[in-house]
Amino acid sequence: MATSAMFILDLKGKTIISRNYRGDIDMTAIDKFITLLMEKEEEGSAAPVLTYQDTNFVFIKHTNIYLVSACRSNVNVTMILSFLYKCVEVFSEYFKDVEEESIRDNFVVIYELLDEMMDFGFPQTTESRILQEYITQEGQKLVSAPRPPMAVTNAVSWRSEGIKYRKNEVFLDVIESVNMLASANGTVLQSEIVGSVKMRVYLTGMPELRLGLNDKVLFEGSGRGKSKSVELEDVKFHQCVRLSRFDTDRTISFIPPDGAFELMSYRLTTVVKPLIWIETSIERHSHSRVSFIIKAKSQFKRRSTANNVEIIIPVPSDADSPKFKTSIGSVKYTPEQSAFVWTIKSFPGGKEYLLTAHLSLPSVMSEESEGRPPIKVKFEIPYFTTSGIQVRYLKIIEKSGYQALPWVRYITQNGEYEMRMK
Amino acid sequence: MTDSKYFTTTKKGEIFELKTELNSDKKEKKKEAVKKVIASMTVGKDVSALFPDVVNCMQTDNVELKKLVYLYLMNYAKSQPDLAIMAVNTFVKDCEDPNPLIRALAVRTMGCIRVEKITEYLCDPLRKCMKDEDPYVRKTAAVCVAKLHDMNPTLVKEQGFVELLNDLLSDANPMVVANAVAALTEMNEQQTVIEVNSQMVNKLLTALNECTEWGQVFILDALAGYTPRDERETQNICERISPRLAHANAAVVLSTVKVLMKLIDLMPADSDFITQLTKKLAPPMVTLLSAEPEIQYVALRNINLIVQKRPDILKQEMKVFFVKYNDPIYVKMEKLDIMIRLAQQNNISQVLSELKEYATEVDVDFVRKSVRAIGRCAIKVETSSERCVQTLLELIQTKVNYVVQEAVVVIKDIFRKYPNRYESIISALCENLDTLDEPEARASMIWIIGEYAERIDNADELLESFVEGFHDENTQVQLQLLTAVVKLFLKRPGVAQALVQRVLSLATQDSDNPDLRDRGFIYWRLLSADPAAAKNVVLTEKPLISEETDLLEPSLLEQLVCHIGTLASVYHKPPSAFIDPAKAPLRQINTIPAAKFGSSLLDTSSASNASRNGSSAPTVIPSQDQVIADLLSLDLNAPATSANTGGYGGGMSGTTSMGGLDDLLGLGGDPMPTTAPMAQSNNPFDSLAGLGMPSSAPIPQQPASIGGLAEIFGSGGFGGSTGMTYPKEMWLDASRAMGMQVEGTFVRRNGRIFMEMTITNKAMQAISGFALQFNKNSFGLIPVEQINPSPILPNQSQNYTIACDTTGAVQVTTPLTNLQVAIKNDINAFYFATTVPLIAYFREDGQMEKREFLEEWKSIPEQNEQQFTLQNTHNMNADAICTKLQQNNIHTVARRQVDNQQLLYHSVKYTNNLNVLSELKVNSQTTTITLSLKSKNQMAIANMNEVFQTLLN
Repeated sequence: MATSAMFILDLKGKTIISRNYRGDIDMTAIDKFITLLMEKEEEGSAAPVLTYQDTNFVFIKHTNIYLVSACRSNVNVTMILSFLYKCVEVFSEYFKDVEEESIRDNFVVIYELLDEMMDFGFPQTTESRILQEYITQEGQKLVSAPRPPMAVTNAVSWRSEGIKYRKNEVFLDVIESVNMLASANGTVLQSEIVGSVKMRVYLTGMPELRLGLNDKVLFEGSGRGKSKSVELEDVKFHQCVRLSRFDTDRTISFIPPDGAFELMSYRLTTVVKPLIWIETSIERHSHSRVSFIIKAKSQFKRRSTANNVEIIIPVPSDADSPKFKTSIGSVKYTPEQSAFVWTIKSFPGGKEYLLTAHLSLPSVMSEESEGRPPIKVKFEIPYFTTSGIQVRYLKIIEKSGYQALPWVRYITQNGEYEMRMK
Repeated sequence: MTDSKYFTTTKKGEIFELKTELNSDKKEKKKEAVKKVIASMTVGKDVSALFPDVVNCMQTDNVELKKLVYLYLMNYAKSQPDLAIMAVNTFVKDCEDPNPLIRALAVRTMGCIRVEKITEYLCDPLRKCMKDEDPYVRKTAAVCVAKLHDMNPTLVKEQGFVELLNDLLSDANPMVVANAVAALTEMNEQQTVIEVNSQMVNKLLTALNECTEWGQVFILDALAGYTPRDERETQNICERISPRLAHANAAVVLSTVKVLMKLIDLMPADSDFITQLTKKLAPPMVTLLSAEPEIQYVALRNINLIVQKRPDILKQEMKVFFVKYNDPIYVKMEKLDIMIRLAQQNNISQVLSELKEYATEVDVDFVRKSVRAIGRCAIKVETSSERCVQTLLELIQTKVNYVVQEAVVVIKDIFRKYPNRYESIISALCENLDTLDEPEARASMIWIIGEYAERIDNADELLESFVEGFHDENTQVQLQLLTAVVKLFLKRPGVAQALVQRVLSLATQDSDNPDLRDRGFIYWRLLSADPAAAKNVVLTEKPLISEETDLLEPSLLEQLVCHIGTLASVYHKPPSAFIDPAKAPLRQINTIPAAKFGSSLLDTSSASNASRNGSSAPTVIPSQDQVIADLLSLDLNAPATSANTGGYGGGMSGTTSMGGLDDLLGLGGDPMPTTAPMAQSNNPFDSLAGLGMPSSAPIPQQPASIGGLAEIFGSGGFGGSTGMTYPKEMWLDASRAMGMQVEGTFVRRNGRIFMEMTITNKAMQAISGFALQFNKNSFGLIPVEQINPSPILPNQSQNYTIACDTTGAVQVTTPLTNLQVAIKNDINAFYFATTVPLIAYFREDGQMEKREFLEEWKSIPEQNEQQFTLQNTHNMNADAICTKLQQNNIHTVARRQVDNQQLLYHSVKYTNNLNVLSELKVNSQTTTITLSLKSKNQMAIANMNEVFQTLLN
């Protein structure tokens, strides 16, 4: 049921680091990994799970390395994949960029971490902040050698005791990403909001926190059905949140980890008007040129403003000599991604802007047919949530009785925001 | 300074240099040297020569250095077992260290050194560590028990570690509980060491709220193996685990889904509770689609299962499966599959416009699948068929080669489903005749022409143009062409007289493909014997094709749902299909899906079987074989293997894969993929016999192999003699032996072994002159009689009982029961291999005296003992078991009652006088029986456990 061995490979499939946890697989099987992957990619059936004889490889790719788990029983694949992602997360807390070179540079500590994070193929402690307390890169004398922090085995495995701050502060960021997919004829096919509440916690001791949101289920339950509230379709919590408590009375109560973490994420599929809408009209004169008229409309309230708006319009890859005309922002042709990017630093609500573009096409048609990538839009709207979610309170209780200040920020940004082109 | 410098020393004499450095007095230098050694080890260089020097560094006060030395030890101990002993003292000492980190490190590492000698020394420190005051040490020790069990399960039991582990399940620390349960689940997978009971479940549910995300996964996976006693407990577990659906970790979510899916099945289907619960399942699964692509992929593979099992859960969520431009191809393909499954009347227009969008993308495989999906929609949702056909026509206009070909293939299926509705598009299809170069597309086009030959004016010309290059075509196309021309002839005899003769002669005389020849002959004879009958057969009304395709076979689906989140759920294969059984001999016992309350396993499976066939019959082809058999009253004695799968044929093959005979009748479709039905249908004599003499009584269906029917019916139904009789198996298929079909089995009666055999003549002329011979085998089995050589007439069969003896030449085979047989007739000699049921070799006089038994039991060394876990599915009591075994010459020697356990001792004597001794532990509380087997000769134990299991069933 568990991982037999872990490997970190470079792009050519050469092993940088390997850790054999169970001794029940042939460790040379990994040499076949990259060939196998190539074959599958050729067939168009590459999936994150591969089989070679009686060894199964479950893997992820990160920058220029592969993290591979080899196993031979009916393992919990989801657990392995989550664990591999967790490894990347922990490594990056230890040495920032996780890539081939940094793996080699830090192999000693990686071995130590692999030893501590997994035993006999069972994931163990993976909280990087706790690991950092007793797995450090400096060699220690045994006398002063670190002991396993209480947190490793505590019910509160994510926070150590005895944390002290002079100023007790909590920062809450409510970030909503809007995923939208529109068809070429302008119908919204799919739209959802994926929200996340991120925290940065600088609090002394073992504080108890309670977060109040304008959750519809809670409001209806407590007879405040008429107040403005939000129906969260699916909520996911950091492991510090007491799930059974939430399940019974929708209270979000927890002892937070120290520092930055994502407290919760939520999803809603309420249909909202697309915040930024793009209309295009394209005239194609094959063998000679193509011209675009792009209209960008902001469909949110006037008092809000979208910042750093980027509208990415794909063009044929063999287009050249671009000419642009617009009243606002700047336009840049980026042949490496076969597109031009219209950047508008500040885009107030209820406005409409225009861009015209002309590009030349070669007289010879290219042999290969091209895909039709969609238009993408990037934006950020501060002080605004599409869903209308609000933090009503954040109660902080610690036995020493200090006062702590919570700061809340709201921001809406693009997620996968795509509009198909004709 | 970074660590990468350690990788760079590659000069000569490196090992020597390292040796000196390792033995240096300076600690810093020592540490550097060990790092270099580890670096070399990492890149695959052999540094095992440094073993003693590295081990010498073990006694250090530097933790980092110690860890590195341990790492080295784990890698090389196996290759240097004697030297590894050197390290034992340090380990034992470290287990007493005041620092819990060091204690845990020592016990963790020691468990990873897979050297037998070390395991002996491991027991004492491990026992201490399991009772350590520090939870960190205890949680490490818990895992160590699993390590030890992996190497030496007997030691774990003897040393009482199972009980200690059981104690840790009640530990105050959640992490310790989680690791203990992980270790336990793993050990139970090999053989049940501790039964999960309801007290334990309660402890686990409490720990669930407090342990780490991984611990939660361990606990949930353990709960998945538990079947609650009653509905209240089921409901309670559901309530306590469902909050986990809101966990950020995808593994926690999917494992929760797994347990819930299992438990939902155990409760009354239409309760409010279930409705509420299933409502909770959809949102978390949808959210998984925002996870990393690899996790999305696993989620999608699982959703595919869930949608088949409980279509209601996600029926409203079609939109979330729309493909995004940047999705990796493996995610796109899976999403497409699910979209088709969810397609229904109220969302079909959205689905169609999406599919049309996808069909114009660039990735060839994805585009093909999208086109195919449009066809599937047409078949599934009747009201949309018009629009689907329109869309397909538009796609054909694009003239993109592979799109056109794929479209033609699906249009053929649409024609099958809705005959005489869309012939108007045929002319558009014919325009693209020249661009079709793939066999499947060509075959489909030809089928369409043949099917609508009376409405296509130039059908004869079109087909003739194909016939021109007959020999260059793929078999699939040739077969289809043959059928199409025959159809044309039957519909318009005038225009096709010459063509049909030409094709028939091409197929029968100039082809060396047996399928083609056989089919040619059938048509030829059919046409010459009775054209009216030919018309009835070839132009008969076709059975409907299934609406759903690629559905998993229900019992497999049932099994896979119990494995949500695991490899099995990703592969859509049962674990036994990809796990080496040598490593986990009894695994399948744990994977049997749970039964509903109040009905045994067998009941549910057979009941669902029946209802499936019953309800699906009117709309779906229930099974290829069956339909054909009904139509033509042919005898289709399937080979044993296909008899088992036959029942699901309809669902599995669906629109694309048709059995051979099916195709013969002009049903269209791909004749190639299913090999089992081919085996029956490509035997022309078989089919002809049936066709020529429709009134002749079909030969009774043969019982399937032991694995199939015997399990369903139980053993009592066969034979009627005292001992167990295995049903006859197909030994030699008619198609392999020029029309001679042989089935048979071996039985033991009155102290002799008999070969019971049925020979059926499926050839055109009589066969005679039989002779029989066995190859050398493990027990020296030889026939002492011969088969009566008198002839068997065509389509007749004859039963024979051949007495055998064990006085022949002995040659040990694996498995022991293997037997190679040669049967000769007047045409040729044929060979096949089979297995003789082991019980045929058990002597009637194998009863041992108690004392004799005891002495022999003691004299056999411990390591010769093998343990197995058996399932007592019928809850037989000790008396029933003894009677059953005694009937099969497994003789009861003694019985003993210890607490609520019955201990039964049995002896078996083989015909070669070898004894096997057995001990059965029957516990009235559970349905598992522990079987221990001992024999002076290890070989004799092989397969014996299966015999016991079969007898218990």
